[in-house]
Amino acid sequence: MTYAIDGWFAISPEDGVHLLGTSCTACGTITFPPRPGSCPNPRCASTDTQVRPLPRRGRVWSYTNACYPPPAPYVAADPYVPVTLAAVELDEVGIVVLGQVKGLTADQLQVGMELELTSGPLADGPLVWMWGRAS
Amino acid sequence: MHPWGKWGRPFLEYGVAAARAALRDAGLEWTDVQYVVGADTIRNGYPGFVSGASYARELGWSGARVASCYAACASGAQALDIARARILAGLCDVALVIGADATPKGFFKPVGGDRPDDPDWLRFRLLGATNPAYFALYARRRMALYGSTSADFAAVKVKNALAGSLNPMARYRKPVTAEEVLASPMVADPLRLMDICATSDGGAAVVLASEEYARRRGTGFVRLAAVSTVTPLFPNTVLELPDFATDSCAAVPAPERPFRAAITHAAYEEAGVGPDDLSLAEVYDLSTALELDWMEDLGLCPPGEAEKLLRDGRTALGGRVPVNPSGGLASFGEAIPAQAIAQLVELATQLRGRAGARQTANARVGLAANQGLFGHGSAIIATV
Ligand SMILES: [Zn+2]
Repeated sequence: MTYAIDGWFAISPEDGVHLLGTSCTACGTITFPPRPGSCPNPRCASTDTQVRPLPRRGRVWSYTNACYPPPAPYVAADPYVPVTLAAVELDEVGIVVLGQVKGLTADQLQVGMELELTSGPLADGPLVWMWGRAS
Repeated sequence: MHPWGKWGRPFLEYGVAAARAALRDAGLEWTDVQYVVGADTIRNGYPGFVSGASYARELGWSGARVASCYAACASGAQALDIARARILAGLCDVALVIGADATPKGFFKPVGGDRPDDPDWLRFRLLGATNPAYFALYARRRMALYGSTSADFAAVKVKNALAGSLNPMARYRKPVTAEEVLASPMVADPLRLMDICATSDGGAAVVLASEEYARRRGTGFVRLAAVSTVTPLFPNTVLELPDFATDSCAAVPAPERPFRAAITHAAYEEAGVGPDDLSLAEVYDLSTALELDWMEDLGLCPPGEAEKLLRDGRTALGGRVPVNPSGGLASFGEAIPAQAIAQLVELATQLRGRAGARQTANARVGLAANQGLFGHGSAIIATV
């Protein structure tokens, strides 16, 4: 399995798909994408961060679709199928994360509805995290 | 200004035409200019990256001091800020600020190559998240929070197209109907083609001078009362272009003012005026829906009430506070380094009573606001 990007998400048979964030050991600030090195909180000078899996569920902050094929470096399927995107507010950590949506069109989404992280392939093969129907 | 459109000519041509128009208007020669600042364009290669000197060469090497700056959509405002600071520091009396762009057709896309360390490249590669996709997220969020409708968004376009039809510098000069907007193709749900601003060619320039110089040499000048260029405050809880995620508000609560409101607040503080003092405003209507967000970030009304102001005609030409009386990006399209300068040109034109059929009566205070990639944003306040 090739991931479209290394270190941003993980897939395990036991726990499913998780986004990987970093958490600051001093102030507890969580960051996605993972940000090794320095804490983004301007009042925290800590450089001690740990990678941790983020909650798999959240509520839709907003959503849309791409009715026309996005330009490169996106690789569009042929024939093109409109991409659906959702920005989802993760439970507990207070982060809104954007991702493609798998198995739901924009018509089937609503702000506030619960989604769960899954994964799916880009048109040229590598896997990326995606938002899917909550199980 | 150089008229905006899709002319297919080099950006330098638009910038130089705008510069010469600004100098003519100020009654100055190019050789009077002590400092030239260019707002950079990233789509025009090496001359675009060193735009200040590129314009200076086109105008004829004069030995003027020079600077170039890039800040995405805020480039023009930052160029102004640089020139203004140098004048206020007493290092020069008169400066020329220029921005121009020549854009390709279709979506803006990241610079080429395989560059997985660039979030702007990655958002296209991993998600296909174009600029309109982000505008659509804001629009859909607004619908969910406040009950805004596609008809409200279309009404913004109708208003701005009507204003643009009266502006000889605008690219689109045809009034449109709500039916036409609502019948245009869906680009990113809920935004349609006519809800989203086009990419354009265009140029804008202004002459900036010390008060003493302006009084001695100037003709009908306006005062630049504030240029705000603040960064967001942590945690930024609105998903911004080109980010994948917001900051977390788990450990530190969200700031009192979100980014756009903070940009305008800083300008009000610097100028010593408030929303009630505004005669008109130019805001970054990258989409119709975003203009409604800006009205609230400007403090023209509380969150969720922009539609009411719009429906009452308060932001139309002749209303209490016309918003985008130039026609806005809806009528101009985006020529990134020129846009914030073009906004100031509209403020100056209105404050000098020279806006013709789109003139705001007794205009005394104008504000222009924009937001660019990666935490760049700015607001300008000009007064008579
Ligand atoms: Zn920290």
